[in-house]
Amino acid sequence: MSASAAPALPGMLRDNPRLDQWVRFTRPGQVTVSTGRVEIGQGVLTAMRQIAAEELDVAPERILLQTGDTELTPNEGYTAGSQSIQFGGVALRLACAEVRGLFLDHAASQLGHARAELSVDDGAILHRGQPTGQDFWTLAAMVDLAREATGRSPIKKASEHRIVGHNLPRADLADKVFGGAAFLHDMTLDGMLHARVVRQPRRGATIRTIDEAAIRRAAKGPIEIVRDGNFVAILGVDETIVEAAAAVAPGYVAWDNIEALNPFQEEARWLLQQPSIDKTYGPPPPADPAPAARSYEATYTRMHIAHASIGPSCGLALYRDGHLQVWTHCQGVYPLRAALARTLKLDPAAISVKHVQGPGCYGHNGADDAAADAAVIAMRRPGQPVKVRWRREEEFGFEPVSPAMVVTARAVLDDSGKPADWTTEIWSGRHTSRPGGGGNLLAAEALPDPPPPPPAVEGPPPPGAGTRNGEPLYAFPAKRIVHHLIAETPVRTSSLRGLGATLNVYAIESTMDELAERAGQDPVAYRLSVLTDPRARKVVEHVAHMSAWHAGLPAGTGKGHGIGFAQYKNMAAYAAVIAEVEVDEIVRMLRVWCAADAGLVINPDGAINQLEGGIVQGTSWALKEGVRLDENGISSRDWEGYPVLRFSEVPEIAVELIDPATDRPPLGVGEASGGPTVAAIGNAVAHALGARIRDLPLTRERIMAALLRT
Amino acid sequence: MQSIAFNLNGKPVSVTTDGDTPLLDVLRNHLGLVGSKFGCGLEQCGTCMVLIDGEPAKSCGKALSTIAGRSVLTIEGLGTPERPHPLQQAFLDEQAGQCGYCLPGILISAKALLDRNPAASRREIAVALDDNICRCGSHARILRAVERAAAQLREGVSR
Repeated sequence: MSASAAPALPGMLRDNPRLDQWVRFTRPGQVTVSTGRVEIGQGVLTAMRQIAAEELDVAPERILLQTGDTELTPNEGYTAGSQSIQFGGVALRLACAEVRGLFLDHAASQLGHARAELSVDDGAILHRGQPTGQDFWTLAAMVDLAREATGRSPIKKASEHRIVGHNLPRADLADKVFGGAAFLHDMTLDGMLHARVVRQPRRGATIRTIDEAAIRRAAKGPIEIVRDGNFVAILGVDETIVEAAAAVAPGYVAWDNIEALNPFQEEARWLLQQPSIDKTYGPPPPADPAPAARSYEATYTRMHIAHASIGPSCGLALYRDGHLQVWTHCQGVYPLRAALARTLKLDPAAISVKHVQGPGCYGHNGADDAAADAAVIAMRRPGQPVKVRWRREEEFGFEPVSPAMVVTARAVLDDSGKPADWTTEIWSGRHTSRPGGGGNLLAAEALPDPPPPPPAVEGPPPPGAGTRNGEPLYAFPAKRIVHHLIAETPVRTSSLRGLGATLNVYAIESTMDELAERAGQDPVAYRLSVLTDPRARKVVEHVAHMSAWHAGLPAGTGKGHGIGFAQYKNMAAYAAVIAEVEVDEIVRMLRVWCAADAGLVINPDGAINQLEGGIVQGTSWALKEGVRLDENGISSRDWEGYPVLRFSEVPEIAVELIDPATDRPPLGVGEASGGPTVAAIGNAVAHALGARIRDLPLTRERIMAALLRT
Repeated sequence: MQSIAFNLNGKPVSVTTDGDTPLLDVLRNHLGLVGSKFGCGLEQCGTCMVLIDGEPAKSCGKALSTIAGRSVLTIEGLGTPERPHPLQQAFLDEQAGQCGYCLPGILISAKALLDRNPAASRREIAVALDDNICRCGSHARILRAVERAAAQLREGVSR
């Protein structure tokens, strides 16, 4: 590389290269910082504030954070994939460092001091530690930030950090704890109409008859009905009346072209008989089958999993003077704008999309659809704000779910009982079907001339989608992933926290325990014998230490412990989890320990909160969750039909971060603990029972069946 | 249409509407108190929890007509940023939350428990919160926060 060659800018900075897209000095004493990343419950805004404050050398309170707004913030695509800090934060960090450097350059020449003698303290320019009378705001008019980032300004070393690495409290928590209007759901606008959509039961269903008069009679007050093609909405000023009418309305609409669904498809094995798009990543499989004594093969499954956000999806829209304003809690305001432009046949410039916080989001849920519902209705009621809030049944019944999966792990063992050849074969519906391309918005599918469903396409690992974490991090001489992507699924599927990693890690880590047993070795020692990455070894060793892991505890006693490990996406944070359980007819979680290496950690308590959340959600997936189907679609439409982990079922949890104040770059942590947790529970339950359950969730019926096998 | 009077967060209020209107809708839409959240409308998740005459109740399933003459406490009446209830302070101190949508209902359930049993054990706290769902997985922190508030309340009593 020649001396003049610019360093490669991180993607987000390359896409949004102008420094004033990230940082502006608008008012004395205040810095406006923009991030395309949005708060979805993960605390990312607090971390972004810390990053900017650190590199700019200003107090965090001075930062006015703009987030997720097509009018104000950089286009960073989606807030997804545990990438906000690893990619978005790194871009912001470089931009802020460069801005600070430009101010110091200017101050040096204006004040006639050596650049090296200048520093910044809370926005004030100091010379040899003494005030110069200049600060960011006095100089702001003379430093042109309307220029492209070079990425050349040095960022601070961890040893210099004063804000990064500390537990800055969440700025958004107080409003929530004191009952403020913290969420989109709480937002009202003058003259706002409440609306509900009568959903198409299935894609392609058409209305045979609709008895609008009966719906009006059933309503306990005035409502309006909007209909276009197969899109039907009920609206009015009184939400109670609209909600009650929406609850009975499906009984007054008769549909044609409803393809009946096979309830058998709620379990995953039907995937094995489906046409698929097949790809192999890695070397070709061995030509000759290995002798039985040297080979291992087992198949693992899980059902569809729901996001099951605590609050149903919501959208708010206002069409006025030829411009559509949309408020949404989705993960990507720019892609949603593009999808709405396609759906509504509007110029994207005629649409503004702004993020407002919503209930916890773990992937592509119903938020985009609810925004589209509101937008479609608002276009037909110019000048009137329209708020759509999904009903609970609607949320469970129509959000995109995480696809059911089947994974076969296959190993050929060497003389010492370690895999010489490894295959992870995956059958799965799509894990990505976001609406940015214009398809896959429920409202668009109900309107006349619906778009085709988005094509089933998934990128290669890493990071992959269904193939995510399909490659074990272990040092096996030959590893491959065989992926069967099934395009046609009974219900709409898309991204949920962890994507394919959850079952892939479950299958790999279950196999590791079984191979350890075959080799007569302790599961922790066996893993360490095939793990060369020092950071991976460290989390495994550390979690074993945390839990006071004892090798050789007998199996089948009703009490067990198990370990699970993965580096999320094989490129984000490393996490090792140990679970301790008691099993009689059901699994009782006792304790969970987690050690994680996330590189430089911006806010350690925030990272631990995310890892804890992944452990609880992973526990819930492992023990309880599976979407139920009947011939009409998803039949688990409330919290009784789709139970999740409750307070008294949550284990004691201990999480520790390895070397969080490192100069290594940050690694995304939000999805790191889920897969290892599910795997650790599976191994602990197998240890407790003396028999393995290969199908998730680990229900009472499956435990009883496993006990009969022992 | 009925005019129904009750006590809300220590003050008398009167609302004129259909008596079948769920209390949650009355709070959020008629009175502008949006702290109590809609989660399911099925009395299953606890995001809409309020106290009615000191007892925890899911306001999505309580018709306004059943509230006449009674006392309702919502999250807005628990405390303020200036004068936080020990539970609210403890939730902030423990950073007990992720998205925060479930927190108002959980704070109300926790208040009902600690009013009844300020010496509640961790197990008793967990069981009392089983009526509330937290989907983000902030349970460990929430339990710690309630324990912290309970300790503080006990200290306050003994002083």
